[in-house]
Amino acid sequence: MRIGTLKLSYAADEALFDTRVQWIWLGLLTLALALFPFVAGPYWIYMACLVAINVASATGLNILTGYTGLVSLGQAAFMGVGAYTVAVLETRVGTPFVINLLLAGGLTAAVGVVFGIPSLRVKGLYLAIATIAASMILHFLFAHWELTGGTRGLSMPPANLFGIALDQPQKLYWLIIPVTALMVLGAANLFRTRVGRAFIAIRDRDISAEVLGIPLLQTKLTSFALSSFYAGVAGGMWAYFFRVVTPESFPLINSIFYLAAIIVGGMGTILGGILGATFMTLVPEFLKLVVGWLTPWVPDALSLLAPIRTIVFGALIVGFLIFEPQGLAEIWQRIRRFFHLWPFRT
Amino acid sequence: MSDGLNRSSRETAAPILKVDALSLSFGGLRALSGVSFDVQDGSITALIGPNGAGKTSMFNAISGFYRPSQGHIVFDGQDISRERPPARAKRGLARTFQNIALFRGMTVLDNIKLGRHAHLKTNVFDALFYRGRAQREEMELRAEVEERIIDFLEIQHIRHAPVGALPYGLQKRVELARALAMRPRILMLDEPVAGMNREETEDMARFILDVKEEWGITILMVEHDMGMVMDISDHVVVLNFGQVIAQGRPSDVQNDPAVISAYLGSGDLAQRIRKTEAA
Amino acid sequence: MDWLYLAEVALAGLGAGALYALTGVAFVLIYKATRVVNLAIGEILMIGGYVFFGLVAGAGLSVWAAIPLTILAGAVLGVLVERTLIRPMLGESPISVFMVTIGLGSILAGIVELVWGADPLRLPEFIPNTPIFLGEAYLAPKVAYGALVAALLIAGAVVALRFSRGGVALRATARDQGAAYSMGIDVGRVFSLSWMAACATAAGAGVIVGAIGGISPTMGIFGLSVLVVVIVGGLDSMAGALVGGLLIGLVEALAGSFLGGEFKLLATFSLLIIILMIRPYGIFGSHEIERL
Repeated sequence: MRIGTLKLSYAADEALFDTRVQWIWLGLLTLALALFPFVAGPYWIYMACLVAINVASATGLNILTGYTGLVSLGQAAFMGVGAYTVAVLETRVGTPFVINLLLAGGLTAAVGVVFGIPSLRVKGLYLAIATIAASMILHFLFAHWELTGGTRGLSMPPANLFGIALDQPQKLYWLIIPVTALMVLGAANLFRTRVGRAFIAIRDRDISAEVLGIPLLQTKLTSFALSSFYAGVAGGMWAYFFRVVTPESFPLINSIFYLAAIIVGGMGTILGGILGATFMTLVPEFLKLVVGWLTPWVPDALSLLAPIRTIVFGALIVGFLIFEPQGLAEIWQRIRRFFHLWPFRT
Repeated sequence: MSDGLNRSSRETAAPILKVDALSLSFGGLRALSGVSFDVQDGSITALIGPNGAGKTSMFNAISGFYRPSQGHIVFDGQDISRERPPARAKRGLARTFQNIALFRGMTVLDNIKLGRHAHLKTNVFDALFYRGRAQREEMELRAEVEERIIDFLEIQHIRHAPVGALPYGLQKRVELARALAMRPRILMLDEPVAGMNREETEDMARFILDVKEEWGITILMVEHDMGMVMDISDHVVVLNFGQVIAQGRPSDVQNDPAVISAYLGSGDLAQRIRKTEAA
Repeated sequence: MDWLYLAEVALAGLGAGALYALTGVAFVLIYKATRVVNLAIGEILMIGGYVFFGLVAGAGLSVWAAIPLTILAGAVLGVLVERTLIRPMLGESPISVFMVTIGLGSILAGIVELVWGADPLRLPEFIPNTPIFLGEAYLAPKVAYGALVAALLIAGAVVALRFSRGGVALRATARDQGAAYSMGIDVGRVFSLSWMAACATAAGAGVIVGAIGGISPTMGIFGLSVLVVVIVGGLDSMAGALVGGLLIGLVEALAGSFLGGEFKLLATFSLLIIILMIRPYGIFGSHEIERL
């Protein structure tokens, strides 16, 4: 159980991790992440990178949709902007990857602001559909612009760190995990300040927020910019990871995937973005495993994989919305509370 | 003629808020027509009138949510009629709402801190790293909110509670706290004691008087509790059907025949006549 | 410019637009009664196409027996969905309900692929195929008959909504749920009724759409165009669905013929953004009044 926590300063009360136990857990997690590539096989390192990229993007979408209440179905297309930016910079300019990633984020943020302008006039579902329109337009650009290589897309060299080519997941791991960790930490910090509070205020009551001194358009566009920045950097990492970017890399269904991830994880909590993206990335892999086991008994089991994935994907969205609308993050909190009170209340 | 003397001396000091011939209509419906009144610096001014008289519309026009069709709103010598609501908030026009408008996704503390938004300078980059300005500003704000506002309104015990779970009276108090965090020059309270029992009403009246006297903040309030209005106001403005029918000191207004008829039966009768005419 | 070609393209566009309008009417029906934006409408339409295929090709029924059965299946699906997925979400944010319908769409698409496979299929021919000429302009017979049936169904829906008991109850519910409820209208039943009618309509539309262009598990994409239609027309307006349907059908056909197939979606979605910026609630949609 947890005994009353004593805090002696306001700073201590507002810290992200407020007890020693939490710091110990955080240390253990960092240690585990650092040791992971030395003990895990290539498949698991590959998966870890993929999970981290999705966590970064889902966290970005969570800022916009979970915290600011602006539903976007354009996250995948925004990732595409980031991925293409990195690919073009790598192949045509050859700037270092850190700069490429930052530029990818910056450019995507600008694109996000442009497509966020309708939020001045439209809200809720109308806005969600305007973002679908945005992603349609971006896809058209990807497929028809000379710079992006048309329908064939772009292939690019690996990222380069002091002469070492980051061409394997084992090496890219050291790029992707720290960047994602920084991004998640940044998002958590956001909500300790006026910027994050303004986002939540707009989500909860936009009109009252305006009367209380929050400029709506500017704040909404800031949220769009941040969320797109995250998408852009995630897309950039995606490009370094797969090294081929085509117009089909970021279809509309991927935007739905990220929205589903934050719903399943828990909208408007940082933990939710992490848990949701991890869970939703791993479920298809788990299904692949199950179908693999079934193969000896069910002939042709592998051809069933795609439709089963589609069904499970839909069922997870529906199931969580109906039965656990606060998502995995709430389940996690329940478990935590249980142990805080244990053994006095079970 | 002490009354007249008193008035003229009040008029020499420039009012902090001046509503000048303000009209507001929704489609064909006139919510306010040619409303003028002043709010003197350091006073408690009450806006009263029967239901549907246009009191809340007046508040919404002052905070900038409604755009008046005619007339001006002058705050501290500046015409703010064309300003957006956030700009007005930054000038020091703070308010509470008739139907409590707290942010349910935040704790009491964050709701209060939100009030200071327009005066803080932390930008996105500071916020992402939570270093330097962001951290310093947050800590200063926290200290001030704790020591000036939370302590003053006696809500220490709920500071970390989510606002949605609080009882009505406490929610009203948190709203007042949030408005105080806005660094108000004028505090607009929309029915601060509606739905409260005697004891809660007295508490609230005490807070309002303290805000005026200790913080030096001017107060403009809409309220139906006549007992409280007459007890604490310096100046009362009576609205009926979107027009000012009387204004002055509480004792004058109380005995004004137009006010009495507006509040007693004949007002309703007039309303009924208008309705049948409209139909 | 070849005016005959333009006229033919426009006619084909209007014909396709009639189907958009029909599905749009189904969409609006649900939105009016329950305030649910049903993104699964495309997948429900697809289910209609596949059920029809299953009944004719699998069970060996005649086409004219299969059509009413398909529509019945659509109605049953509608009630089922409303009862199990939509009713529990009552009072949740519109966005959550919207996501539930996205999930539903995914489930339906998966089921279709599981049962009938991923490859596109052709429906048996049952629409007369004597060429049709309007003046000199040729119109594909399937499109023409499809549009005709769609027009009849829409007219039927409008009449039912205006004059039938259920239609009046539905409009009352759309206007004010609380008031309708206190007047003795069983709002829950109206919800079910609207889903039933809308899904039956969508399933019927699916048969026509499938007969014209074949069926496949990705047919749900049709729903995306319908979404554009109802947003452009206004979510709660029958007239909007009609005008929007014809407009989007026309724009798609023109963009597809004169610019290239890949411009279809670009054109309609650009139009969507422009309309949203000018009229945020669509051409005929009613504006929601904001209160403090």
